[in-house]
Amino acid sequence: MSDKLMIGGHSFQSRFILGSGKFSLEIVKAVVENGGAEMVTLALRRANLGGEGNILDYIPKGLTVLPNTSGARNAQEAVRIARLAREMECGNFVKVEVIQDSKYLLPDNSETIKATEILAKEGFIVMPYMYPDLNAARALADAGAAVVMPLAAPIGSNKGLCTKDFIQILVDEIDLPIIVDAGIGRPSQACEAMEMGVDAIMCNTAVATARDVALMAKAFKLAIEAGRASYLAGPGRVLDHKAEASSPLTGFLED
Amino acid sequence: MVVNKLNHMEYIDGMETIGSNIMDKVLFMVESYDYERFTHQDVKKALNKEHLSIEDYAAVLSPAAMPFLEEMAQKAKGETRKHFGNSVCLFTPLYIANYCENQCIYCGFNCTNKIRRGKLSVQEVEEELQAIAATGLKEILLLTGESRKKSGVEYIGEAVKLAAKYFSAIGIEIYPLNSDEYAYLHQCGADFVSVYQETYNIAKYGQVHVRGPKRIYPYRFNAQERALLGGMRGVAFGALLGLDDFRKDAFAAGLHAFFIQQKYPRAEISFSTPRLRPYIHNAENNPTDVHEKQLLQVILAYRLFMPYAGITISTRERAGFRDHVIGMAATKISAGVRVGVGGHKEEEKGDEQFEISDSRSVAEVHHMILSRGLQPVYTDYIWV
Repeated sequence: MSDKLMIGGHSFQSRFILGSGKFSLEIVKAVVENGGAEMVTLALRRANLGGEGNILDYIPKGLTVLPNTSGARNAQEAVRIARLAREMECGNFVKVEVIQDSKYLLPDNSETIKATEILAKEGFIVMPYMYPDLNAARALADAGAAVVMPLAAPIGSNKGLCTKDFIQILVDEIDLPIIVDAGIGRPSQACEAMEMGVDAIMCNTAVATARDVALMAKAFKLAIEAGRASYLAGPGRVLDHKAEASSPLTGFLED
Repeated sequence: MVVNKLNHMEYIDGMETIGSNIMDKVLFMVESYDYERFTHQDVKKALNKEHLSIEDYAAVLSPAAMPFLEEMAQKAKGETRKHFGNSVCLFTPLYIANYCENQCIYCGFNCTNKIRRGKLSVQEVEEELQAIAATGLKEILLLTGESRKKSGVEYIGEAVKLAAKYFSAIGIEIYPLNSDEYAYLHQCGADFVSVYQETYNIAKYGQVHVRGPKRIYPYRFNAQERALLGGMRGVAFGALLGLDDFRKDAFAAGLHAFFIQQKYPRAEISFSTPRLRPYIHNAENNPTDVHEKQLLQVILAYRLFMPYAGITISTRERAGFRDHVIGMAATKISAGVRVGVGGHKEEEKGDEQFEISDSRSVAEVHHMILSRGLQPVYTDYIWV
C-alpha cells in the first residue's frame, strides 16, 4: 500500500522531520539515517557558507532541506530570510517561524499568516509553525500554506501533547497535512499524535538531548510508523465502564 | 579621596530621559533583599520548581544555596541543553580605542591612570577585522573606552560598517548613548549592546565613579532600554561582581534583565559575569569576596532564573573554569582575545584594561568545545 506524505506536490515516504539546531554536527548524519528522515530543517542563521561549522556541509546529500526563518520577529523579516534561503539555493521549501518573544518562543500567528501569503505568492512551499488555533489555521490555508505546523508544547520543553484537543480540531477541520512541531518529548507522544491523524512529526530537542541520540532517532522512526499504521488501521473502541441505564430514555417511542 | 559633589542620580544636559519605571522597581526589590533569611528548605523548594519565581531566584543566590552548588549545576545543565542544545557560540572582542573620560577607581582605563592611550585609524580597524575574520570567527564585539570626545559615535559607526563586511553579528560595548544614536549604530550594522552597571548600589556607585559621564547612575541603568528603543535586537547585563555586595548586585542585574524582557518581550537577553578577584593570600575571608564558588553560584542562578538568556564567560577566568561552565550554563565564549587596543594584526596601540587568564586561540577553543561533546557555533544570527 502506498501511503505517502504529500507536501506541495512532493512526496515523502518518511513522516519524521528532523530539526537540526541542537545537535553536534558530526552526528547529524547518523541521526538522519537512524531516523529515516527525508527532510531536515536548517536555521539560516546557522549557515556559514564556506566557513567553520557550516551546518549545510553536514546534511547528507539527497535530503530535502527545509530552511526556517528563525530570527524573524515579524512577517517582513520572515519574508526576507526566506528569500535569502532561496538565493542560497536551499530550494523552495520554507518553514515560516515568526517569534516575538524571547522567553517562551511562541509563534505569532497573525504575522505568520501575513508572511505565508507573501511567500506562497512567490512560489515557496510554505510550512508555517503556529499556535494551534482553528481560525489562524484556516487563514493560513487561505493564504496558501502547504501544511500547518501546530506546536504540541513550548519548544524545547519535551512536554508532549499539551495542546492535544486543539490539534485534533485542526486534524478534523483543515484540509492540509498537519505536522506537529515543537514540544514532542518522547516517541510514545509522537505515536499518540500520529494515531490522532496527524500527518507527520517534527522534533529536535527530544532526540538531541537523549543519552543515545542515534538510538532515540530510531525509536522516533518506529513510533511514528506505528502511530501511522494504527491510524490507518482504525483503532478499536475503548470500553468505558459507565453503568447502563435501567430504564431506557427512548422507550416511550411508539412508531 | 576625591569627592564629587555632582548628584550622580540626576541626569545632565544631553542625556535622554525615557520615563521608565524599571530602575525604581529593581531598586525597591534589591533594597528589601535580605539574603540571610533564606534557609536550605527555601533553596530545595526553588530547585524543585520548573520555573523559578523572583523569590526563588533570591533563594538560589543566598548563602544558604552554597551547599547546593552541585544540584544547581545539574539543573542548570538540563536547562541549558533544553534551550541551547549542544551549541556554544564563539566570538572575540576588538578594542578599537582606550581613551576614557571617566574616573572609576577600580578600572585600568581610568582617565587618571598613566597608560598608553590609543585609537585605531579606520584603516587599522579594517586590518584588525581582517586578521580576526581569518580565524574563522563570524561574531565580533567592538569596544572603546568611554570617551565621546575621542571615540565619537560617527567613528564607532564607521567601525561597525567595516565590521559588517566581515562578520555576521556585531555587538558594541561602548559608553551609553541616546536612543537616536543607538538607532544610527543599528543602521550601521550593530544589533547587540552591552552595558554593565558595575554596581547597583547607589551609594557605592557614587563613590567609585568619581568623575565623568559614567557617574550618572540612571543614564547608565536605562541604556539597555534606549538601545532597544533604537532598534537593537539584544542587550547584555552584568554587575562587576565583588565591587560591592555581589549577591545584591547579581540579584539586581537579574531583575533588571527580567523586567526589560517583560517590557520588551522580543529583546534577546544575555548576561556577563565579570568579577574583581579577591586578594591573593587574604586569610581573612570576607563574605563578599567572589571566589570561583561564588562566581559559579551567580552564573547558575542567572541560568535557573532566566533559562532562555545567553551567558558569556569572560577570558578573565582561567581555562579550566571556562571549559566547565560552557554547556552547563554559559552559552558563549570568547577566543583569541587581546584586550589592548588592536593587537590582532599589528602591535597593540594602547595598554590593556585588565589581564586575561585564557589566551587560547580560536582553533584551540574550538577543539576544546568539541572535546567536551559540544558544538562550536560561529554564527547564530541573521541580519534582517
